[in-house]
Amino acid sequence: MKQYSEHNFEQCTKCTVCTVYCPVATVNPLYPGPKQAGPDGERLRRKGPQFFDESLNMCLNCKRCEVACPSDVRIGDIIQSARIKYSAKKPGLREFTLANTDLVGSMATLVAPVVNTTLGLKPVRQVVESVMNIDHRRIFPKYSFGTFEGWMRKQKKAQAQYQKQLAYFHGCYVNYNNPPLGQAFVKVANALGYGVQLLDKEKCCGVALISNGFIKKATKQAKSNIESIRKATKQSLKVVATSSTCTFTLKDEYHHLLGLENGDIRENIDLAVRFIYNLLSDGNHTLKFNPEAPRIRVAYHTPCHLERLGWSQYSIELLKLIPSVELIQLESQCCGIAGTYGFKKENYKTSQEIGQPLFNAIEESECDIVATDCETCKWQIEMSTSKKVLHPIEILASALM
Amino acid sequence: MKSEYDVIIIGGGATGAGVARDCALRGISALLIEREDIATGATGRNHGLLHSGARYAVNDHESAEECIKENMILRRIAQHCVEDTGGIFISLPEDGLEFQAKFIDSCRAAGISAEAIDPKEALLLEPSVNPSLIGAVKVPDGSVDPFRLTAANIMDARLHGAKVLTYTRVEELIIENGRVVGVKTLNTISGHRDEYRAQITVNACGIWGRDLAAKAGITINMLPAKGALLVFGHRVNNVVINRCRKPADADILVPGDSITVIGTTSSKVPFDQCDNMYVTREEVELLLREGSMLAPALNHTRILRAYAGVRPLVASDDDPSGRSVSRGIVVLDHATRDGVEGFITITGGKLMTYRLMAEWTVDLICKKLNINAKCTTAEALLPGSSTSTNNENCKRTAVSVNRSKASAIYRHGTNAEKIDHSTATKRALVCECEQVSVGEIEYAVNCLNVNNLVDLRRRTRMGMGTCQGELCACRAASVMASVGKKCAATAKADLKNFIAERWKGMAPVAWGDTLREGELISWLYDGVCDLSNLKSE
Repeated sequence: MKQYSEHNFEQCTKCTVCTVYCPVATVNPLYPGPKQAGPDGERLRRKGPQFFDESLNMCLNCKRCEVACPSDVRIGDIIQSARIKYSAKKPGLREFTLANTDLVGSMATLVAPVVNTTLGLKPVRQVVESVMNIDHRRIFPKYSFGTFEGWMRKQKKAQAQYQKQLAYFHGCYVNYNNPPLGQAFVKVANALGYGVQLLDKEKCCGVALISNGFIKKATKQAKSNIESIRKATKQSLKVVATSSTCTFTLKDEYHHLLGLENGDIRENIDLAVRFIYNLLSDGNHTLKFNPEAPRIRVAYHTPCHLERLGWSQYSIELLKLIPSVELIQLESQCCGIAGTYGFKKENYKTSQEIGQPLFNAIEESECDIVATDCETCKWQIEMSTSKKVLHPIEILASALM
Repeated sequence: MKSEYDVIIIGGGATGAGVARDCALRGISALLIEREDIATGATGRNHGLLHSGARYAVNDHESAEECIKENMILRRIAQHCVEDTGGIFISLPEDGLEFQAKFIDSCRAAGISAEAIDPKEALLLEPSVNPSLIGAVKVPDGSVDPFRLTAANIMDARLHGAKVLTYTRVEELIIENGRVVGVKTLNTISGHRDEYRAQITVNACGIWGRDLAAKAGITINMLPAKGALLVFGHRVNNVVINRCRKPADADILVPGDSITVIGTTSSKVPFDQCDNMYVTREEVELLLREGSMLAPALNHTRILRAYAGVRPLVASDDDPSGRSVSRGIVVLDHATRDGVEGFITITGGKLMTYRLMAEWTVDLICKKLNINAKCTTAEALLPGSSTSTNNENCKRTAVSVNRSKASAIYRHGTNAEKIDHSTATKRALVCECEQVSVGEIEYAVNCLNVNNLVDLRRRTRMGMGTCQGELCACRAASVMASVGKKCAATAKADLKNFIAERWKGMAPVAWGDTLREGELISWLYDGVCDLSNLKSE
């Protein structure tokens, strides 16, 4: 791995290609763009905090600037770190609710039908907007009645039967909103001869805590996760996650933004699609596909954080292996939601404008289903297009015998 | 323009500008003539250190006292040109602590507050400092922007009636009956020749003052001493770091505006090199080697450029060999010294004491002209300075979501109010590294006597940031053309000159990221603008 200097920002040669690829700067002229907010601004902020400005909160942390940068500048990290260090805006009730996915999720799943129905009501959403500044047009993900962890407890014995084992980092979304995705992952892992267990203790990866300014809590949770993953690593258990953003946060953001040491476990964290694709490529693993499975046209959307990981090809190649899938590869671009960013009223317009070209491409593709590895991309695309969105693992699982 | 004045001042450095201001404030009509732009000589080619005087305390008590007094005056009158960074003198293991005790005593004797602090406290105060330090002393050092300081003096002089001519060369001193009565000039832009007359002519030409005096048949023994410095890409330190030992090469590290400067070297150079100095590889190596003893981070920090200035050292009149150098302020009344009336040379001294040098000079002028007017330059604020502090000004805009406004206030103080930021076009950035807006460029061009892009850089910092003009130079050229300062052809020639000037400073340190930047600049200006093939007029 390349070693970055503390002065990484000075590698910038001001070519400005990052700003060309910035989805926010493209639609919102008030945002100065990653070059100015990142390396240029960092240089000035060393003079004094008066050179920080709150326009940096418009950054949605997609990291596409970092992908575009020919000089290897960690532009997105510079911007997020500056927000952490200087922003005078203190997180409020809205940020607390959006950021604490674990706490809110565990309460909501207890009364899921009530929560889902209530949040679906327009008047309620208007109230939410006026009290919390969450845009009323935003549709909330549905909560599941019962958690994935609860389901897994019942599978413990069956999973222990497998000789080979892996640890699954399910993330809050699978746990509270979409246990079927976790179940699909277990099905695929089992078909490949792997039993699935959970980490000793899994906390929310903290990506929403970081972006909403709860750094202390994010650090606490990160430390706990690093400890659990370290324990699994010592037991030679591969840690696999289905969510691209959880994976990215565990691998990169813990070190880059929270300053935590995770070098010893970083390589042991894998993304589900990559883990499975690599197994299928080693010649010792095969999957049996159902010849009766209906043919579907799938459009694949690359989430920003998967692009940053450099792993988007694994999802695409894995989907291509499924005989019943006809794959369309959408141009890699941000969908605009960026986790909790698009929920905030002040960002709603920017968020939807960023996503518009993607929504158009999806409609024009005449696909049956959109596939993507990120849960918030799924919410955004389902809200903004006529299509249903599935994780590649769900599509894979449903095509198996 | 009138051609008769009480005083003609030749030289637009800090000293000349200070003399012009002092004259103007005392009601003496003054004309300042500068062959290039203001602050192009030694004034603009030093550390930009607001000396506390501590550096001179042990060896030169008088200079130390002058420095601390002027330091306190500048903090008040030139607040927008000065940053109160504080300074530390560190002792490294190889230096020992012997010098420190003597140093503290000498500082206190000169009226400079000097407080020994624990090395751990020094590291907290300035985290970039060499962690192997064994001792540190806190002193009231700071940083001063010499371009802003000179420009503010010029502005005040003009506000009080002085005339200023830049790009005007003095070709001859007019001497009648053994008395200097005026000058013959050539405007190097228009080619016009003129004559101006005054009762007294002041030579404030720094090292070039030797040649001017020679025009009156007067010999001044000067020793040009070159000092080379390096500019780092960003602030490495926020507190001035000095070495607590006998003054030596490259032992001062100054945070100035958005960058850090290490310097200097000291070597004799022939007079014919004073106009065009290059920094050598040996000098770069020495500066890096010694600089990294102060702050090890310098070893892996991008270097933006190298530059060098010439100290106008004057040999003492009482030493015919010319070896004994006077380090202090030198005012020469050529009437008593050489029998030439109406001619005064002010030289020696340092940027820090420019105001005092001007005061002494104008005191002598008053005596000669029989004028009874007191010097007020130590009390009257320079334009841009206000009674509130700089930081307060900036803090007020902290939430205004406008970095370029904060930058403009940092640079122009209260004069930033004159910058038009009312429309999106005026707020648009020309220089992104230093946050210079179209409005600020227009203000500088219209109000601060700017003739070309290099002048513009001295007034605004346009092109002084990381990209060294890569993105901003062509934009600024276009703004200059749009306000009628340049036509397309002269704008292009100006652009070429500006880029060449930037490259001159980058060349001695062109490796790593600086070299990559240079490559990109060359693609843009050669590949896109075809500047290399521009026919010179």
